[in-house]
Amino acid sequence: MLSLKAVRHRYGAREVLKVERFEAASGEHWLVLGPSGCGKTTLLHIVSGLLRASEGEVRVGNQLLAALSGAALDRWRGRTLGIVPQKLHLVPSLTVLQNLLLAQSLAGMPADAARARAVLAQVQLAERSAARPAQLSHGEAQRAAVARAAVNRPQVLIADEPTSNLDDANCERALDLLEAQARECGATLLIATHDQRARPRFRQRLELPQ
Amino acid sequence: MTLAGLSLAYLRARPLATALNLLLLALGVATITVLILVTAQLENRMGRDARGIDLVAGAKGSPMQLVLSAVFHLDAPTGNIPLAEANALAKQRFVKKAIPLALGDSYKSFRIVGSNHEYPAHYGARVADGRLWSAPMEATLGAEVAARAKLAVGAKFAGAHGLGEGGDEHENEPYQVVGVLAPTGTVIDRLILTSVESVWEVHEHGAPAGAPKELTALLIQYASPLAAAMLPRMVNASSSLQAASPAYESARLFRMIGVGVDVLRAFGVVLMLAAGLSVFIALLNALEERRYDLAVMRMLGATPARLMGLMLLEGSLLAVAGGIAGLGLGHLMTEALGAALRQAQQAAVSGWAWSDEEWWLLAASLGVGILAALIPAWRAYRSDVAPVLAEG
Repeated sequence: MLSLKAVRHRYGAREVLKVERFEAASGEHWLVLGPSGCGKTTLLHIVSGLLRASEGEVRVGNQLLAALSGAALDRWRGRTLGIVPQKLHLVPSLTVLQNLLLAQSLAGMPADAARARAVLAQVQLAERSAARPAQLSHGEAQRAAVARAAVNRPQVLIADEPTSNLDDANCERALDLLEAQARECGATLLIATHDQRARPRFRQRLELPQ
Repeated sequence: MTLAGLSLAYLRARPLATALNLLLLALGVATITVLILVTAQLENRMGRDARGIDLVAGAKGSPMQLVLSAVFHLDAPTGNIPLAEANALAKQRFVKKAIPLALGDSYKSFRIVGSNHEYPAHYGARVADGRLWSAPMEATLGAEVAARAKLAVGAKFAGAHGLGEGGDEHENEPYQVVGVLAPTGTVIDRLILTSVESVWEVHEHGAPAGAPKELTALLIQYASPLAAAMLPRMVNASSSLQAASPAYESARLFRMIGVGVDVLRAFGVVLMLAAGLSVFIALLNALEERRYDLAVMRMLGATPARLMGLMLLEGSLLAVAGGIAGLGLGHLMTEALGAALRQAQQAAVSGWAWSDEEWWLLAASLGVGILAALIPAWRAYRSDVAPVLAEG
């Protein structure tokens, strides 16, 4: 489903990422572990097509990412991937529901408010659909960001440092939420974190060296 | 969530900046709208009032004053001319039609004009009620006079000396209203028409016995194109009269007014450009504030062209809204000006008119908005999202 072969990425002469081989099957939940600066975010950006690897081959499903460029790559990303960025970054001038509708629109999907409301209900945000991001608690904002990532039923759900700055209880809740949404969509889950608390929960781990 | 919906949401999120930009743009557009409407209507009105009048003959003085007083009834006459000389001129072979005018009095600032029936006929006026005057001290009213002075057929009124309010009233020589004209859209609507003899009768008490009769002006239509070359020179050289061409004097007047109009128009353009600059700064700041939003949108599948479209649409929405608000404000201001002019019994302008130039004005404000959004839009198009997302 998701495979990387001999992927290397360099900034100038400095190599920041090296993955010889990585394969994640459809529906598997993977943890990408490693200390800060080991290239976790770079890996996520390469998988999502936001960054071109200096070398190597990246495939998501049958799609070779190097074969896509420009607008086609953007549209593919919107339809295939669901991404939860580290700082969540919901669009502040839109309501929670509108943020989900925006994700549908930007991915070129037809507006489906029923689907958006259903996902919000799954993450216990049905009552907060009309709230703006500034009115949400951190936990609510994180659930909204996960709902936004899941609204287009992605094939791969990606989360960047979803547990940073969370206490143990909330760390568990965040991971529960991501796994539940990945299962609901039948998506491959890829979580990048330096948080060792997540380690015992995932059997499948990609450890990136410093 | 459409691109337009998103742009509107962003504009609503910054109400003060949006309102200020709208106001600035609206003021610029409104200033130019007022100028367009007023000059177009005045030119149109003056064109209708002067149509078919090739030359005005009157007392020597300022030719523009002569035209303004005798054709448009806006200024005081330059003086009177001997009836004998006026009659001699009217009989010239170059003259097809000569309409005599005798001015001097008014009623509630509406001018009383002594003339013959050719005068209302020249403007295609028809009687709506009653009839045209036929005997001395009978008057037929223009439509606007009847409506605003609340005079109807059978009413009597006394004219006042002079052309504005406050003159001595000729109480011993009241006029009787015998007819009201239908509206013509010309200067006739604002006049009280009577015979030349009526004006002489009202003023003969103060004049020495046997004094020669006088007129104020003659409105002349040429008999042939040759007359245009010959008659003005002949009048100016060989009599105590002065000849003035309404077409020439109107053009001269608009050239003189034109300088002021151009200055105001430039002021409006400066306001619009300032609004464009303000929109540009607002969008550039918004771009900086929203760099993570834009990066997230790319992450969600937005193409660079779509982000560029978002910024352009935001600038365009602001510009079109400002343009429409400006046009509305301009029409309201013109209507307010028109109401003030109507109060002073002057040639009115209306805010309920539309000039095709306004479409260009709307297009220009849209152009300002697009131009202001172009650089922020280009920067949004070129932005590299990975480093921004990595900052998170």
